Amino acid sequence: MLAADAAAQAAGLRVGMPATKAQALVQSLVIQDADPAADAEALERLALWMLQRFAPIVAADPSDGIVIDCSGADHLHGGEPAMLATLVEKLASVGLLARAAIADTWGAAHALARFGGRAGFVSEPGKAANDVATLPVAGLRLPPPLIDSLRVLGFDQIGDLLAQPRAPLALRFGAELGRRLDQTIGRIAEPIDPVRPDTIIEARRAFAEPIGAAETIARYIGKLATQLCDGLEQKGVGARRIDLICQRVDNRAQAVRIGTGLPLRDAKRMTRLLSDKIETIDPGFGIEIMTLTAAVTEPLAPKQVITNLVDEAEPDVSGLIDLLANRVGERNLYRIAPVASDVPERAARHIPALAPETGAEWPGHWPRPSRLLPNPEPIDTVALLPDHPPASFTWRGVRRRVKRADGPERVFGEWWKRDPELEAVRDYFRVEDDAGERYWVFRAGDGQDPLTGSQRWFLHGIFG
Amino acid sequence: MRPKPAIEALRAQIERLECRSRRSRSVLPFGIAEIDSRLPGGGLTLGALHEVAGGGNGTIDGAAAALFAAGIASRTKSKVLWCITKPDLFAPALAQAGLSPDRVIYAEAGDDKTVLACMEEGLRHGGLGAVIAEIARLSMTASRRLQLAAEGTGTIGIALRRWRRQTEASDFGQPTAATTRWRVSALPSTPLPVPGVGRPRWLVELIRCRAGESADFELEACDDTGHLRLPADLVHGPGQAEDGRRSASG
Repeated sequence: MLAADAAAQAAGLRVGMPATKAQALVQSLVIQDADPAADAEALERLALWMLQRFAPIVAADPSDGIVIDCSGADHLHGGEPAMLATLVEKLASVGLLARAAIADTWGAAHALARFGGRAGFVSEPGKAANDVATLPVAGLRLPPPLIDSLRVLGFDQIGDLLAQPRAPLALRFGAELGRRLDQTIGRIAEPIDPVRPDTIIEARRAFAEPIGAAETIARYIGKLATQLCDGLEQKGVGARRIDLICQRVDNRAQAVRIGTGLPLRDAKRMTRLLSDKIETIDPGFGIEIMTLTAAVTEPLAPKQVITNLVDEAEPDVSGLIDLLANRVGERNLYRIAPVASDVPERAARHIPALAPETGAEWPGHWPRPSRLLPNPEPIDTVALLPDHPPASFTWRGVRRRVKRADGPERVFGEWWKRDPELEAVRDYFRVEDDAGERYWVFRAGDGQDPLTGSQRWFLHGIFG
Repeated sequence: MRPKPAIEALRAQIERLECRSRRSRSVLPFGIAEIDSRLPGGGLTLGALHEVAGGGNGTIDGAAAALFAAGIASRTKSKVLWCITKPDLFAPALAQAGLSPDRVIYAEAGDDKTVLACMEEGLRHGGLGAVIAEIARLSMTASRRLQLAAEGTGTIGIALRRWRRQTEASDFGQPTAATTRWRVSALPSTPLPVPGVGRPRWLVELIRCRAGESADFELEACDDTGHLRLPADLVHGPGQAEDGRRSASG
């Protein structure tokens, strides 16, 4: 037995069991020979998929894991926890159950993902040694006989080993144990050798003298971008994800990933986007190799621009969109499109900034407030029931007398979306106070039937 | 007030001193003679930074100021970038001020610094019609950067000043490099012969105007093409520019 999933474990099967014993436990067991080569290949394929979607530095961590260096790439997914959640979700959608963790080092992340017990754990920077201390020694990536002999001596947790003097440990178990421990707590570096598909388009430059100044990096980014764009042009594609990997003299890699809304093959724009991220590169003692890679590409055919003498062409803003998206994050840059719903908070949805124009508009016959409060705020009112606007109301501790009012505009619950809204009703009023300030208030309910709502009043928006 | 030729010549000379290679400045008129005659060039200068804030409670919610800015942006061409920190802007209202949803790109940034950076990028790009940013603090240095970025491309920049507390609004008195500074406060709406709320009215104060005088106007809010209007009962009234409020704000 080499692997056991949740169903197999429920049936009492364990990894390492002889096949005959397993057959005795489960009557109709189908036995397949293990194929480590095919497993490794599948893992490699999965790593390539992650390379395209998540981060520039990805490698298989045999026999059952993938290691990702996510520094410089998490901004495209809205931060580390969000990125980890997306990753696990995406894998779950194709039927792969994954456990993931983010930590300072490969070793710590390896141990936390396998033995941490908490889904989607993100270790704080500098806390790797603390976080792994309570994990079993099996998380150290050591050969099984070594782990067994550690257990015999009573070392159960990684923390026990960290507290021991190193010399006797090295004498007893060899140098491998100390190396793995140091790699886990980040005392020695462990470079990741990233997977590279054969067809990938990349530009690479090795320097005779290591470089470090921001201006020098910017200059070489420009040269690499030109080179990369030539490569892209030969294949007739444009880049959607561009990775810059800087190999430092101390054999650590610094990676930067940028994303674009449309396929990009313009060296100048590419340089501009990458130069924006130079400050996140730590050159350390110097960079000796810089690689610029187009991780995700899409076909980009040369396009003929139709010139028109009559009207001016709409200026192209995709360059600006890319620049801003790499700065504030893709999901924070959007357009708002109408949704056919009378409930104000559902009347709008976010669409990507470069989505084609919808041409849709909201029905414009009722005035709408320019500010809509994220949550309607309860107000105290004096109002005649059932269909009069309030005569006065108190909001945020200030009492306002209503001078003029319009309404009610009745909004019915969307019963086809949620069952409790079958009877729900909101009556919206536009009210104006003495000072001329205009507010949008509503009553939850129709003023008569308690089934339609709580009959309490709320303030939902502010008119200009 | 009729512009005097000597003063005009001096202005042109100062303009040459200030900006050596600036293209001839174009303006975006409001289409209301009373306002346009107060602004140098006969309208809001394109390629410049303008500041808009609300008055009273509007310093916090900036509801009227947002519509005022949307009205200006809707009269420009091509896309509009709207940088925000708090997503409480209701897009249907902007559409009612003439700014169709296809034209507005929102950039939601975490802090004022990022908002300023986004605004500057938008102004430098040159392909946008207007860039609007909701910010609380605007230092002299930051506003100077924005003004220079706008001058380079001819995109109109509007800093929508909005504070967390009403006491912080005194910040609006601090000098900035903006070309004009406006304060928009809500007034009781146009009276109707029947019960109901009429067309909203604003008190629009031009607090500061480079190479111009300050003034204030009572106007009806933006219609669905982004145009303001002088209230009908004031159009033929006795010179409202000379009314009492002017000295109070000037």
